Amino acid sequence: MPAKDALTERYQDLLSVYLKAKTETTLYKGQQFSRKLLEQQISPEDLVSLHIQVMDELFPDMSEEMRDSFDFLLEAMIGYGFAYREHQSLRDKQQQLESEIEVAASMQQTLLLSDVPDFDDLDIGVVSVPAKKMNGDYYNFVKSGNSLSVAVADIIGKGIPAALCMSMIKYAMDSLPDEQMKPHLLLENLNRVVEHNVHSNMFITMFHGVYEPESHKFYYAGAGHEPGFIYNAKEDQFHDLIAKGLVLGVSRTTTYHPYEKEIEIGDMVILLSDGVTECRTNKGFIEREEIVSLIRKYMDLPAQKIVENVFQELDRLQGFELRDDFTLIVLKRLV
Amino acid sequence: MNLQINQEQINETYELKLAGEVDAYTAPKLKEVMLPLTEKEGNIVVVDLSGVEYMDSTGLGIFVGALKSSKAYNSSLKLRGMTERVKRIFEITGLTEVMDIESEVKGEAL
Repeated sequence: MPAKDALTERYQDLLSVYLKAKTETTLYKGQQFSRKLLEQQISPEDLVSLHIQVMDELFPDMSEEMRDSFDFLLEAMIGYGFAYREHQSLRDKQQQLESEIEVAASMQQTLLLSDVPDFDDLDIGVVSVPAKKMNGDYYNFVKSGNSLSVAVADIIGKGIPAALCMSMIKYAMDSLPDEQMKPHLLLENLNRVVEHNVHSNMFITMFHGVYEPESHKFYYAGAGHEPGFIYNAKEDQFHDLIAKGLVLGVSRTTTYHPYEKEIEIGDMVILLSDGVTECRTNKGFIEREEIVSLIRKYMDLPAQKIVENVFQELDRLQGFELRDDFTLIVLKRLV
Repeated sequence: MNLQINQEQINETYELKLAGEVDAYTAPKLKEVMLPLTEKEGNIVVVDLSGVEYMDSTGLGIFVGALKSSKAYNSSLKLRGMTERVKRIFEITGLTEVMDIESEVKGEAL
């Protein structure tokens, strides 16, 4: 093993220099050498045996007791050797798991990805960015008949359990019959599914809305979700889009209140996740008014550009370190 | 940021006084202390939140879990002393309707 021979030689050099001069510099080099040993996967007892070999060469007339003491030390190191190898194999396993999680995450994104549908009457913009590999925020668009249904949800409990929960919602939503597309009824249904299945610490906040182009009405209901905004073009004002209701997954018998709003030309419905309002900067939290003023700044742009610009500004304000998943959706009535 | 939990017990009443932040990092610690207390019939668990400046949704999840557990085991869970910021997330999520929360609210420091 040439690598090991080279190591032996290097160790012998370092040790003999140190024994002669006893300088701090050589000690430091010894420290650096230890990193090299780890890279080469030299176990603790290998190092002791290396030490014995080098000492034998440097001090051929070493006392017998000293020589034997090293053999004893070698035996005493065996346990550390086991621990070291275990650590190695755990590290390998961890790397394997990490890459598996990555694969699962990208599969999840593909499976749950909701295309932003072409909808003649509305200009739609969406940005949804995960803070970790898995996104706990979820949005979904479903075109049913002439109507457009939009849902935003935040699954509390991060990581893999949250992702599994999200899949559960998606399939529950997909399998609901059309007549239950009324937002408050959909939430009631989902709540029963979620309450039945979800781990006790987990819950889901969700907003669901349906836009009907004939009546230009937006029907909606909320389950403990961060309120969105509604922009009234005539008044040139933003209002909170309040939809009160208990989060999904807490109580089986929860009912939800139906809300509706008339949407005029130029009006906007803005939906978000609490990752948007829980943005933290050096100066503290981003207030809802600041989000409104960011939206106002870009509101003449197409919807997709609005959400992208608002995200970029908020991302910059937090030093590009997203702490929570971030989802922002803008629906603007065109005609 | 850290979370400090002070526990006092008088008979079957346990008071937990929290100070700091209840977030994804500190939530497991709170769960470890609070959940077993709610798992004994007749226990009254009072959580004082006046020292909590920030709570995220994972933190809120611990209270949801404790609420469910108190219902399952016939214990009771009461919250008090919320700051405005914390109260807001209990309100948005609708949890103020289903939890026993003392109405007196401590304002933000002036």
